[in-house]
Amino acid sequence: MSTATVDRPEGRATRTYPAYSRSLWRRVLLTREFAVIALLAIVYFYSNANVPAFDGPLTLYYLFLDIAPILLIALPMTLVIITGEIDLSVASVMGLSSALIGVLHADAGMSIPLAALVAIVVGAVCGAFNGFLVAYVGLPSLAVTIGTLALYRGIAQGLLGTKAITDFPEKWTDLAKERIFGDGSSYPMILIPFVILLVLFVWLLHFSTFGRGVFEIGLNDEAAHFSGVDVERTKFLLFVLAGAVSAFAGLYFTLRFGSARGDNANGLELQVIAAVLLGGVSIFGGRGALHGVVAGVILIGVISSAMRLQGETVNKINIVIGVLLVLSVISTTLLGWAQGFLSRRRRSSTPISGSSSEDGQRRQAAAATESTNER
Amino acid sequence: MKVRNRRLSALAAVTLVASLALTACGGSDSDGGSDGASGGGGGGNTTVTFLPKNLGNPYFDTSSKGGKAAVEEFGGTFDEVGPDTASPDAQVQFINTAAQQGVNALVVSANDPEAICDALNEASDAGTKIVTFDSDTNPDCRDLFINQATADGIAKVQVDMIAEQIGDAGEVAILSAAANATNQNAWIDTMKKELEASHPNIKLVDTVYGDDDDQTSFDKTAALLQSHPNLKGIISPTTVGIAAAARYLSTSEYKGKVALTGLGTPNQMREYVKDGTVTEFALWNPEDLGYLAAYAAKALVDGDISGKEGDSFTAGKLGDFTVGADATVLLGEPYRFNKDNIDDFDF
Repeated sequence: MSTATVDRPEGRATRTYPAYSRSLWRRVLLTREFAVIALLAIVYFYSNANVPAFDGPLTLYYLFLDIAPILLIALPMTLVIITGEIDLSVASVMGLSSALIGVLHADAGMSIPLAALVAIVVGAVCGAFNGFLVAYVGLPSLAVTIGTLALYRGIAQGLLGTKAITDFPEKWTDLAKERIFGDGSSYPMILIPFVILLVLFVWLLHFSTFGRGVFEIGLNDEAAHFSGVDVERTKFLLFVLAGAVSAFAGLYFTLRFGSARGDNANGLELQVIAAVLLGGVSIFGGRGALHGVVAGVILIGVISSAMRLQGETVNKINIVIGVLLVLSVISTTLLGWAQGFLSRRRRSSTPISGSSSEDGQRRQAAAATESTNER
Repeated sequence: MKVRNRRLSALAAVTLVASLALTACGGSDSDGGSDGASGGGGGGNTTVTFLPKNLGNPYFDTSSKGGKAAVEEFGGTFDEVGPDTASPDAQVQFINTAAQQGVNALVVSANDPEAICDALNEASDAGTKIVTFDSDTNPDCRDLFINQATADGIAKVQVDMIAEQIGDAGEVAILSAAANATNQNAWIDTMKKELEASHPNIKLVDTVYGDDDDQTSFDKTAALLQSHPNLKGIISPTTVGIAAAARYLSTSEYKGKVALTGLGTPNQMREYVKDGTVTEFALWNPEDLGYLAAYAAKALVDGDISGKEGDSFTAGKLGDFTVGADATVLLGEPYRFNKDNIDDFDF
């Protein structure tokens, strides 16, 4: 990987990396994340102009209410996926937290804040169980969380059976739907905890040593281990965070619909993962950024909202989102291929053009820099 | 240096997203008037949106067919939306969408009596009239509920049918769903009273429970016929039970000798009605249910009724209806299906 640098020991060597020869605007604009943001802008303004009632005052309000749980869980999920792991149990933790809040409030007579606190702690414990099995026992996260997906959902349905608990105090169910700047504003209250968590996770992932460790693990966890990253602890903490945030999303879900059911949020984990991948996070780990993920979640929300207003069925909405997701996954490969192709052409015009094997090495080096630079 | 550039790009992008979100908000607020315009179009053209429990369900396809026919009759605009699985949170999104579109009336079959309540209230605040049918919400979340049948009506029609089919005398038995099924137990109690009061020569000899499971119901039917050789009729107030019992009877020596009736759907029962195993069974007609719901919605939108007890309106070919207690309109007696009319239905 370091061949390119070794080849040119002079200080000027780094200049030859294609990534560094790109200007700032290119590095800002020509990213996966920005592509998603641009697409979001296009879809948004197109819908605003062409979809009847999309420009109404309720659209954004309902949009944020709908996607809030996905926005929330996408934050820790991004970090988990960047380490190359996955957490499929998030929606089940939401269901468990919902059922638990219902039982604690209705049967044990706890106040909502207390029940919520217990639920979030239980969510963190659920996450810790996942994290322990993945990080310390070393089991594959896909297998572990498929298991706990069924386990936590099973406990949730066992707690409540088929009944639903609906007698929550109006004060709290109203709070979940409250608007931030009074009546007529498009921003529901749930965005406040989301923005707080967003700032926290952006700092954690993009501006802290912990975050650099997260990317390192995703690229190569052996290398990360040898460069001093505590791989086990990092993974463990990420799963705990995912559990706790999911439980919080479960609380929001329960209060928004005023109904605690064991089957609440069934299947939401796939929507979260789809949004995260659409936002430019690599499923193989090591690459991704939170602004892309947030744009990905909102993009899916805007598309479904606009299509619903057009009177399209859920199936058609799912088809569009599915195609978009596949395209976004393919685009990584295509972009990588195109960049490799371009840099090879540029290389071949430099005087020290070498044999094809050397060429391949350079491409590797370029690719490696690319991915490091993506951070 | 790498990291700093990366941060710069992230910050720039976040700023862009933020500015996008903010400008978007400004646009939506200032354009609020256009929403009112689309809602205000109700003067001549009533927009009615049907929201069944889920799409692709033959029962609701039939009710929407009736709703569509009614809306076309009074010259409104019909729309049908719905989730692909019957979950309350998925329904909420469609209720919200209807509120955004400012439709005049929303006709809903609720997946949860409570969870969709707030969304319905918000739509109601936005000026949309709410009619529930088939499956109700809490009464304060809707303007009107179209009830398909009352427990008394359901019990009575089954007793009447069995009495007609066995000549008002002899032994009958009941094949029910689960032993603790609320609806079925209420109906069975009413049926017992009705039998005692009006049909003294019919003797109810046994009540068995097939747990709404096809195989269990099938086995229970077999056991019932063996233990009661003089049995003349079976009532099965559950769609699973009646289909399983019909399947057993159609291949047994009792076919045509032991009468079977109850609550069933035409698609499940068609072959047994045609081969003579079953003479007649009942259920409400979902097409009429949708038709009535659409006319009720229209009456609410036009201000002909407000949902008060005693209000009355005309529902096209179905005639006049009066609003009962709790803002409920009753469709009427359950509908009887027999070989003459079964081919008119597909659900």
